[in-house]
Amino acid sequence: MSDPILQLRGVNKSFGAVQVLHDVDFTVRAGEVTALVGDNGAGKSTLVKCVAGIHPIDSGEVLFEGRPVTLNAPTDAAHLGIEVVYQDLALADNLDIVQNMFLGRERGRSWLLDEADMEQAARRTLASLSVRTVTSVRMPVAALSGGQRQTVAIAKAVLWDSKVVLLDEPTAALGVAQTRQVLDLIRRLAEQGLAVVLISHNMADVFEVSDRIATLYLGRMVAQVPTKDVTQTQAVELITSGRSGELGLQRPETVTV
Amino acid sequence: MAETDAPVGTAAAPEPESPPSAAERAAPASARSADFGIDTTARTTAEALRGYVVNLRNGELGSLPALLGLLALFILFTVLDSGGTFPSLLNLANLLQQGAGQTIIAMGLVFVLLTGEIDLAAGTASGLAAAVMALHLVSGGNLLGAMGTPVFLMFAAVVLVAVVLALLLRIWAGAVVSALGLVLLLVGFPPNPWLEMLLAVCVGVVIGCLTGFLVAKAGMPSFVVTLALFIAWQGVILQLIGDGGTLGLRDPVINAVANGNLSTLGSWLLFVVAAGGYAAVLLNRQASRRRLGLVAQPTGLVLLKIGAVVVLAAVATYLLTLDRSPGQVAIAGVPYVVPIVLVLLVAGTYVLDRTRFGRHVYAVGGNREAARRAGINVVRIRAAVFVISAAFAAVGAIVYSSKVGSVSPSAGGGNTLLFAVGAAVIGGTSLFGGRGRISNAVIGGAVLATVNNGLGLLGQPASVVFLVNGVVLLMAAGVDVLSRRRSAVAGR
Repeated sequence: MSDPILQLRGVNKSFGAVQVLHDVDFTVRAGEVTALVGDNGAGKSTLVKCVAGIHPIDSGEVLFEGRPVTLNAPTDAAHLGIEVVYQDLALADNLDIVQNMFLGRERGRSWLLDEADMEQAARRTLASLSVRTVTSVRMPVAALSGGQRQTVAIAKAVLWDSKVVLLDEPTAALGVAQTRQVLDLIRRLAEQGLAVVLISHNMADVFEVSDRIATLYLGRMVAQVPTKDVTQTQAVELITSGRSGELGLQRPETVTV
Repeated sequence: MAETDAPVGTAAAPEPESPPSAAERAAPASARSADFGIDTTARTTAEALRGYVVNLRNGELGSLPALLGLLALFILFTVLDSGGTFPSLLNLANLLQQGAGQTIIAMGLVFVLLTGEIDLAAGTASGLAAAVMALHLVSGGNLLGAMGTPVFLMFAAVVLVAVVLALLLRIWAGAVVSALGLVLLLVGFPPNPWLEMLLAVCVGVVIGCLTGFLVAKAGMPSFVVTLALFIAWQGVILQLIGDGGTLGLRDPVINAVANGNLSTLGSWLLFVVAAGGYAAVLLNRQASRRRLGLVAQPTGLVLLKIGAVVVLAAVATYLLTLDRSPGQVAIAGVPYVVPIVLVLLVAGTYVLDRTRFGRHVYAVGGNREAARRAGINVVRIRAAVFVISAAFAAVGAIVYSSKVGSVSPSAGGGNTLLFAVGAAVIGGTSLFGGRGRISNAVIGGAVLATVNNGLGLLGQPASVVFLVNGVVLLMAAGVDVLSRRRSAVAGR
């Protein structure tokens, strides 16, 4: 088992009076796919946004490669090599694929961008991801299908030699073949030593690609276990009631939610 | 990552010295084959033209409707104007000079529209810039005396605030120009047309910094902020000029801006620089894309484009260097407004297309949240576009004031702003942000100037002129909606 690359300890986050995350501990290891599951409103997306630096955490500790770090802006996360692919994709429709992939990190001087270099790099990356459905990397993103957009978003995240890639519901809007492609891609990323965090509602996907399952229940991390040690039924119990046999929260009456 | 000179078919195989990204390492070698249909096949001219037609059918119209409309208007007015005044060289040159001021304001507005905002105050902001310039000229350089001490001090304080706000927003250029304005204001200078025009631009930048701060940093809706400022600047102009007054611009340099012409030699020099520059840019891009194995347009088509532009520019230059005066004193040469608009057009297009700032402007307009997550300083971009808009407005004000020869309290009020917005929209700029180019404003401005000029020559009353302008704008918006619906059907 490799050392954790990203570790969260006792993270709390509130929006106004609503506390979304309660003392969350979360560990991500390189070369593994960690599935982050939980019901709607369990705090999965918030947790991802905290790691991405979009929402600063209220209290707790974030360790990256063993060192404590602060994540107050998206650029902080990007500098560490943490990339996020959002559920809502976060692509600008009016820009083309190349422009989107390099958005915020354009190559060349700031008064003369190196379009040719960016175009070649984008094409290499997409080709390496076996993206065959896109006819031109100069197509505006608005002209792409949902699966193509997802691929562009993932390609954007991995273009940066990143160490940790967080995928927020990457297969939610995809067809069967495209889901297959994305899942294969996720496995390949992990095999190459990246730490992948997969947020998904689809238990079949989770059990197919993940090495470890972390379950959030009402803002609390109730279990983080190897995938092979649990069954789908147990995972679903953890998601819906926060516990399953010996796993998860203790007796419900001892917990104040 | 190092550039590869590999031909297209093998572009996917990374050069040894280029560190492969995570994804490149992750992919099995067998999958590393580039497979981008359009990207990997060089297209012939015929295919490229067919592709263009397909795009048109799918609703990617760009400026085409406006260009066709412009052509139709020219034919229409030439036929209707039995006196033959409209197509005369004198009138066509005059048309350029009449439309230039509003067109320049529209060019600045494109930046704001691209981010999905609106600058309703650009018109009166331009009037204010013109008023300060004229006041300085008329008062013989004594702004303090002309404004009165309290007004002058308040004015200087506002400029100082703008400097501070620009620094807060990290818009360094805005801070420098505003500070320059403050120095010009406090140090004072004898009447000098160049410094006065510079002062006008500084005033524009100051206004832009205030607007930008209120919209981007304070987070007020741009519609309300600029509506309020639209009204407020009118008050300031009135305060500076006084009730019923008009400030005459009796200065040969300022008058020449919109009324003067280049010499014949200068006109041809402009032709050589402009057409040659256009050809050089296109050929250079073509050559470098071919060398790097990227998909380029067919060389024949590029040459055709260059040829068409060179021929058209040569004909226009030749015609404008003929004597077009009806009287004894010869009037010949390309009007100064042509190089002014061209320089602003090239600079604006360059900034939007080739610089990081321009890319971020489009990104903020296309998806603000995506831009924020990509680490773009959205506040700075949103504020900066207002600074640019107001600076362009000040330049536009110099041009239109020069055309009229005076600055009145209603300068920049009334329809100035709405015509500028109209020009941008007619040319194909979207009011929803993210789509548009500076050239749109120039084409749209030409359409509106032609309508006003032509109808005026036909002796139509103002009622008809306004109505037709309104209908033209509606038609432009209609074409935009139809083309967007078309592109939605085409799966875009």
